[in-house]
Amino acid sequence: MDKTLYKDVYVFAEQREGVIQPVALELLGKAQDLASALNEKVVAILVGSGIESKAQSLIEAGADKVIVVDEPELKEYLTEQYSQALSQVINANNPNIVLFGATTIGRDLAPKLAARLCTGLTADCTKLEISEETKDLMMTRPAFGGNLMATIMSPETRPQMSTVRPGVMQKTASQPGRQGVVERFRPVFDLQSSKCGCLRM
Amino acid sequence: MNIVVCIKQVPDTTEIKINPVTGTLIRDGVPSIMNPDDKGGLELALRLKDSFGAHVTVITMGPPQADDMLREALAMGADRAILLTDRRFAGADTLATSNALAGALRMLDYDIIITGRQAIDGDTAQVGPEMSEHLGLPHISYVAGLEYDGDKTLRVKKETEEGYMLLEAGMPILLTVLASAYKPRYMSVHGIVEAYDREVEIWTADKIDVDESKLGLKGSPTKVFKAFAKGLKQAGEVYEVTPEEAVDLIVSKLKEKYIL
Repeated sequence: MDKTLYKDVYVFAEQREGVIQPVALELLGKAQDLASALNEKVVAILVGSGIESKAQSLIEAGADKVIVVDEPELKEYLTEQYSQALSQVINANNPNIVLFGATTIGRDLAPKLAARLCTGLTADCTKLEISEETKDLMMTRPAFGGNLMATIMSPETRPQMSTVRPGVMQKTASQPGRQGVVERFRPVFDLQSSKCGCLRM
Repeated sequence: MNIVVCIKQVPDTTEIKINPVTGTLIRDGVPSIMNPDDKGGLELALRLKDSFGAHVTVITMGPPQADDMLREALAMGADRAILLTDRRFAGADTLATSNALAGALRMLDYDIIITGRQAIDGDTAQVGPEMSEHLGLPHISYVAGLEYDGDKTLRVKKETEEGYMLLEAGMPILLTVLASAYKPRYMSVHGIVEAYDREVEIWTADKIDVDESKLGLKGSPTKVFKAFAKGLKQAGEVYEVTPEEAVDLIVSKLKEKYIL
């Protein structure tokens, strides 16, 4: 795999009922550090229904670009619908890194995507850095019930994916009026194989 | 109805200690247990067996000593036990593990595949959803309840940060189950007596349907770069102040840490 074809640090900007979750802003804060170490850009992926107006708040929180996937099928979180939207965004853009909050949504969605994309995924990270030597992402996480810390890398596959514990990374102060690009992405859904439907929340 | 439950033998992490000099895990003398979420998943399967006559297969990937855990599952009421064991599986990360298990599942009949939400040694919660993707199945994670209509439909209660989501699903499907939802039964006396006479099938990589390059260390995109014990935190600070000053101090410290 030619790793130079994969660029930019992507953040899954988790929203619930139109409210951007705090962990998304924390990830945008960290993504700015990673992107600057790589000399790349920060891109937020905003997925849902009727949520396009939230894109500017992600730019003010540090995104250089926001990819908006705004479709009625994405109103509530359903694994297959969201996996199809995200995997199509990722395949169309070839990100270097994709970060998710380690919430019940991020920990459900990220492994489905990692298997679909045949790439590595590290769960519940508490520290993210760029290796000065290889420019790979170094992902540190607790294991064995918090008794041991492990630093994990995915040197051969892209994108490098990780879920990050909420409350660990620090968001940066919002910059009102910050300029960025908002791009709309239209996925093509194939939901024949998906037999899950939401009855109620 | 055929149910396959994927279970894992894990060290009891509440008993684990770290060698302070080398920073490595001390595993000697640490008991191995059936992972709690997996045991909850087995209980769900056994309840479906009690109510609807489901056939329950348990499967694990691990070293030969995982045989003990499979016999425990048989003694609890499982009908069939399979141990996936082969040096070619060694060093697997979550993706390679999910590929091995999916390769075994392709050799079995199933309507429902059950895994625990996560194992207490790795805590990743990745293997179940990854396996469902390899098999082209939908999955529901964080399962806290299930009703089956006896025909084609499952109603599944999924736990979220805010509460629960109720989903309707068909089969085949993969579910990842929370230990808190299903208190496991004890092994029956009859089950214990029989457990060591029952067969545990041993399957190697040759027996399963998967590309060998997807197994073990070479099928693992993630590599452990280093492992270390958590460093000691610095000593706390002591202030002797009046209650009024203390309030201001605490608020300013919380702001400093971005908690407020």
